[in-house]
Amino acid sequence: MEGFAWRRWAGYTAASVYELTHEREYHAVRSSAALFDVTPLYKYLIRGRDAARLLDRVVTRDIAKCRVGQVLYTPWCDGRGKVIDDGTVSRLDETTFRMTAADPNIRWLQLNASGLECTIEDVSERIAALSLQGPLSRVILEHACEQDLAALKFFRLTTAKIAGVTVTISRTGYTGDLGYEVWVDAARALPVWDGLIAAGRHYGITPAGLLALDLVRNEAGLLLIDVDYISAHHALIESQTSTPYELSLGWTVALDKERFNGRDALVAEASRGPAWRFMGIEVDWDALERLYADVGLPPKLPTTAWRASVPLYVGGVQVGYATSGCWSPLLKRYIALAHLEGPYGQPDTVVEMEITVEHRRKRAGATVRALPFFNPPRKRA
Amino acid sequence: MSIPSTWDVIVIGGGHNGLVTAAYLARAGKKVLVLERRYCVGGAAVTEEIFPGFKFSVFSYVVSLLRPEIIRDLDLPRHGLEILPLESTVTPLDNGDYLAGWGDPDKTRREIARHSLRDAEAMTEFGRLMHHMAQAVKPILGMVPPDPTSLSPRELTGLLRVGRHFKDLGAERFHALYKLMTMSSADYLDEWFETDGLKATKSASGIIGTFLGPRSPGTAYVLLHHYMGEIDGSFRAWGFAKGGTGAISESIAGAARRFGAEIRTDAGVSKVLVRRGGAAGVVLDNGDELRARVVVSSLDPHRTFLQLVGEDHLPDEFVGDIRRFKFRGSSGKVNLALGELPNFTCLPGVGPHLRGAISISPSIDYLERAYDDAKYGEFSKAPYMDVIIPSMIDPGMAPPGKHVMSIFVQYAPYHLNGGWTDAKREAFGDAVVDTLTRYAPNLKQAILHRQVVTPADIERTTGLTEGNIFQGELSLHQLFFLRPAPRWAQYRTPVRHLYQCGAGTHPGGGIMGASGRLAALRILGDGR
Repeated sequence: MEGFAWRRWAGYTAASVYELTHEREYHAVRSSAALFDVTPLYKYLIRGRDAARLLDRVVTRDIAKCRVGQVLYTPWCDGRGKVIDDGTVSRLDETTFRMTAADPNIRWLQLNASGLECTIEDVSERIAALSLQGPLSRVILEHACEQDLAALKFFRLTTAKIAGVTVTISRTGYTGDLGYEVWVDAARALPVWDGLIAAGRHYGITPAGLLALDLVRNEAGLLLIDVDYISAHHALIESQTSTPYELSLGWTVALDKERFNGRDALVAEASRGPAWRFMGIEVDWDALERLYADVGLPPKLPTTAWRASVPLYVGGVQVGYATSGCWSPLLKRYIALAHLEGPYGQPDTVVEMEITVEHRRKRAGATVRALPFFNPPRKRA
Repeated sequence: MSIPSTWDVIVIGGGHNGLVTAAYLARAGKKVLVLERRYCVGGAAVTEEIFPGFKFSVFSYVVSLLRPEIIRDLDLPRHGLEILPLESTVTPLDNGDYLAGWGDPDKTRREIARHSLRDAEAMTEFGRLMHHMAQAVKPILGMVPPDPTSLSPRELTGLLRVGRHFKDLGAERFHALYKLMTMSSADYLDEWFETDGLKATKSASGIIGTFLGPRSPGTAYVLLHHYMGEIDGSFRAWGFAKGGTGAISESIAGAARRFGAEIRTDAGVSKVLVRRGGAAGVVLDNGDELRARVVVSSLDPHRTFLQLVGEDHLPDEFVGDIRRFKFRGSSGKVNLALGELPNFTCLPGVGPHLRGAISISPSIDYLERAYDDAKYGEFSKAPYMDVIIPSMIDPGMAPPGKHVMSIFVQYAPYHLNGGWTDAKREAFGDAVVDTLTRYAPNLKQAILHRQVVTPADIERTTGLTEGNIFQGELSLHQLFFLRPAPRWAQYRTPVRHLYQCGAGTHPGGGIMGASGRLAALRILGDGR
């Protein structure tokens, strides 16, 4: 490894990139396999007779439908239906769940657990998480754990042994590709990391950092807290908050559940339609090229993903803003993730995105796209 | 004889340019049929499993300047095109050291500084000049060449565009461009650099596919191609195609089919049907006649005009021009299946250098000597080689732990003294392996299978006349409005309804697709 650049993550440092540039790490995710250390995620173990009831109160999805060995992606809201955080819930057995979160949530879980018979344990430091992602992740993992994983379906989990260490493997990730996350006792994580790297030696495995991850999650249209939305617990003003519908996460809201945080507000919103939509934006290449040609330059494209608020216009009036974006080296498209006012949130709507060309603000033609931009069949196959 | 079916357009040859033409025409609503002689599409851009489990880009092996507009217009990523970075070039030197260019410009500067502080800094300035030169030339790649002898308004407008384009350069850059167009790459690089291995490696890109040496005038211009790739910048049309170059052809074929084109393989064309001075269809090798309103040939000019059309249907002057069009194939390929990775003495072990190109170009004299052999009808005893190990970039190219190596070799003249025989082919393969083994001593013992491809093999398999990888040399007198012949550089031919779309037309060369696209636009512009 020749260069480590670090990024802050949940009070830890996480590698941004392991080489001088992140390009190879990015391509490994899409063409072979990349290994990410995602240990800084917050992890909670929820156990007891009422564990499922607690989670059902908190998250928007229906936990009763989550079978043992299944994983659900879900947001959770405050009483006004505003998103606090998003993460996964894994059902390890009938009465044991592991929840992952981007922000600390133990207080919120405890507040919601009053009167329920369950324990909530913060296992963030105790459990390490290694994410193996890419088209060759399965064959590598099968070598590492000497076990056939063909039967392990998307968003399901199983147990296995890697380098003699017992691990949980879930078919999940933050890349929108075929991929797995390995959950292991933190004290024994290093031999597991080494075991995966050794198993992947002939399959082009590479350790990868957050710069590569940020590109692929844009392609996959996956939200990032504090970038694409602000937690209802952190928002200082009302307009900073978002509901699941406004984040295009309506599919995660189980309105038929009897009771959960924010249900009443979400029922009302579901009937009137959300004020905002979270969509993809594709910048029109010819428009971009023209803007740069005007100043005598070839189009300049970002080499890493950007995280900034960029205005979107229709007919000179601002109708939304992009919050993340990148040039997708795979798709050869300039893409962004954006919030659009309801009427403009339909795919194929033509908008303009602000682009700064040689210090001057310009507008380039762009088109609203459905998310995700990239969704290979192998992800679920 | 079968019942003739009628197509809007028949494209002869399923190489990448033929497929690009077909895709653009089908996209415009034409009923298009592509006829490919071999069992697979791709022409010289094919991936074949020559040895069980080992996949080879048998001929063309990297994506050079595939036009970004083609990638976009045909949405090639959706059809499987995935270009992976090929970021380094390492040149083993005769003193046991090496010289490298890496993906990170500052790392490259540090590396060059080991050899010459002056050269390390000159790189930046040189890069800036070449950027401007490439920017000046690049629009020409996307332009139908105007005819400088014509007075028609359309041609004059085209000429004005070219003229204005060069006027905008300013005197200093125009002079630099003029030098670039006329000098030898060795002389041109001498004005900038002092490190021999650096100059040799850079100049190597100027001789690829030509029958010229680094000291031959006119070779400097091709240096630009590299920088044109850089202008496309983060678009990254430069690199290694996942799955080999055949995957590029497959993606274009996929796009063409999605637009409704039909592609037939094992369907060689023996003749273009000419009726009353116009093309009316083709005759297949099996005798079937297929009718179409327009016929487009992606084959080289020699094959198209002298073999498929026939001199009887062509003006004498044009036949003379096509006969004089120079092919002179000068390069070959050696493809190896390896049981283990080569261990280079100058950079031992497994490292990032094995994921990039290894250039066997230690000095200008080395390259010029390699050319000396070819001038007198021999293959180079110690040839220039551009080596890549595709399995290090895309593990799918070889079984786990095993590797494939692609060696582009120059010079291997088509007109070899005594002609190419099986024995000569093997002797050529030996010269290549022996030379490379001097730099990586374990290479010979690591070889599981060897495929040697001479220019005669290229001609026989792909149909490229004299095995020229560019469908005719990319020398100045065969470029722009002279490619392939004066007055016929605009994809039209002396035969009405017959067009040409191969690399033998402007701008030609490499897996660029520009000829195919411009031909399609010309056909549509003509209202066909």
